[in-house]
Amino acid sequence: MIEEYRFHGRGGQGAVTAARLLVGAAHREGRYGQAFPHFGAERRGAPVVAFARISDRPIRVHEQVREPDVVVVLDPTLFKLVNVLEGLREGGVLVVNSKEDPGIQGPYKVFIVDATGIALSLGLRVAGWPVVNTSILGAVVKATGSVSLDSVVDEIKSNWPGRMGEANAQAAKLAYEKAVRVR
Amino acid sequence: MPRKILTGNHTVAEAVKLARVQVIAAYPITPQTTIVEKLAEMVEHGEIEAKMIRVESEHSALAAVYGAAAGGARAFTATSSHGLLYMHEVVWWAAASRLPLVMAVVTRAIGPPWNIHVSHEDIMDQRDTGWIISMAEDNQEVLDLVLQAFRISEDERVYLPAMVGLDGFLLSHTAMPVDVPEQEVVDSWLPPRLPRPYVIEPGSGVIMGNIPPDEAFYRMRHSMQRAMYNAKRVIEEVDEEYYKMTGRRYGGLVEFYRCDDAKYVVVLMGTWAGNAKEAADRLRERGIPVGVARIRYVRPFPRERLREKLLGMKGVMVFDRSVSMGRGGPLHAEVVEALEAKPSIMGVVAGVGGVDVGVRDFEKLVEDFVKKVEEEGRVYVNDYWYGV
Repeated sequence: MIEEYRFHGRGGQGAVTAARLLVGAAHREGRYGQAFPHFGAERRGAPVVAFARISDRPIRVHEQVREPDVVVVLDPTLFKLVNVLEGLREGGVLVVNSKEDPGIQGPYKVFIVDATGIALSLGLRVAGWPVVNTSILGAVVKATGSVSLDSVVDEIKSNWPGRMGEANAQAAKLAYEKAVRVR
Repeated sequence: MPRKILTGNHTVAEAVKLARVQVIAAYPITPQTTIVEKLAEMVEHGEIEAKMIRVESEHSALAAVYGAAAGGARAFTATSSHGLLYMHEVVWWAAASRLPLVMAVVTRAIGPPWNIHVSHEDIMDQRDTGWIISMAEDNQEVLDLVLQAFRISEDERVYLPAMVGLDGFLLSHTAMPVDVPEQEVVDSWLPPRLPRPYVIEPGSGVIMGNIPPDEAFYRMRHSMQRAMYNAKRVIEEVDEEYYKMTGRRYGGLVEFYRCDDAKYVVVLMGTWAGNAKEAADRLRERGIPVGVARIRYVRPFPRERLREKLLGMKGVMVFDRSVSMGRGGPLHAEVVEALEAKPSIMGVVAGVGGVDVGVRDFEKLVEDFVKKVEEEGRVYVNDYWYGV
């Protein structure tokens, strides 16, 4: 059984890194995974998509995720531009960076967290932009339980040693605490 | 053996480091860029004792490592797409000079229109140059092929440069687990390059690139062809040696997946082979005996190995991620020749320009082909363009 994830973000928000960190966390638990971006001609600010797969067995499939189990939205303004629900399986999980209930209809579990607020409170910015990938991962852990928060924190700290890692790990922990299910 | 999560491009850099490459020159081009970025970082941090030569183009990048290889160094470069075409003259020059060196080719479409995604036109355009050309399925194989490429290229029975192909984005930018061997293990298997077949150095005379009699030129081309045939054996040997060292082997020139009891076989190369294998498993669950023959080396081409295994098949489907305009898929043409068109054969041109071809696509195409062969008895399709 392969769990499939799709991340929607804007260039610079860290969707690709979020997918990679998630797979790294699964790897720490002895599982297999793959994380990959879909690149068009995107630049900073443009909508981007990244994918992840996690499995107990080695993964040999290499294609875009068409029917994700989990969709993660790093920027709620994308709802107007992209059909983020496309292909999401019945009973699938939607995790949104938002202060408010996005009012999604359909057979999904919906979680929200103010990842932008958390990132800004910890000074996580690149070129002035809040980087919300590590916060949103804390919410993904809460919503799916697929990997443990400890594994995500360890993966974040090994990715950015020192203060950067501490701040990003803190972001994941805070988001884990604050994420709530709205549907 | 530590297992790391690495993108294909960072895997290439790890392998280059393990091979103790001495000279690197490369020019950035998507999707290759992160190979040379990572290597520059490694050189900067002293993790690898290599000279990094900054150049203004791909033509110069290969010329620089060509010079380094002629001077006896173990040398490496990497490129993609337009970069590979721009260095094409030196690609020929390096092979005909019989210099061992290794180049990673991150496969990508050639414009116009502009396209940065996976396609095999760039690497397939190099078939006649005299380079050994391999293609990986996943990042583990990327690491293994790069290390093996040095061993094969530096073998005295070969002395030809080697390309390692990895699919743009599908491997280059996809993070997945890779077992990275310890440095000591690689060192014991891949010793420093010997000063062979010749080394240009001050004080000793070597004549290079002179104008020989036409007959000598002709004989030199013949010796390259013989070296290519030798490489077939060397590649199989290296695959076995590597197995003893790491526990991993792939079958040498071609990997046969569930072909022993198959009646239908899919032939292809690169990352999408994983999707084809998954499709073969699913079709077998429905009683259709399908196997996959994954071409690992385009040059030298595994003609004999394909004949041994596939001549008796009922049907063979060849998937090409590139096209030779006016003929069809280049792999298809070579498979048709190798098998004397005895089985039913269908050529499919697909996935060009990065078009996603997934498990279900393979399932459907193979199932339709099998049905057609069962109904009509004999099928020959030159180039079916899927979804056009």
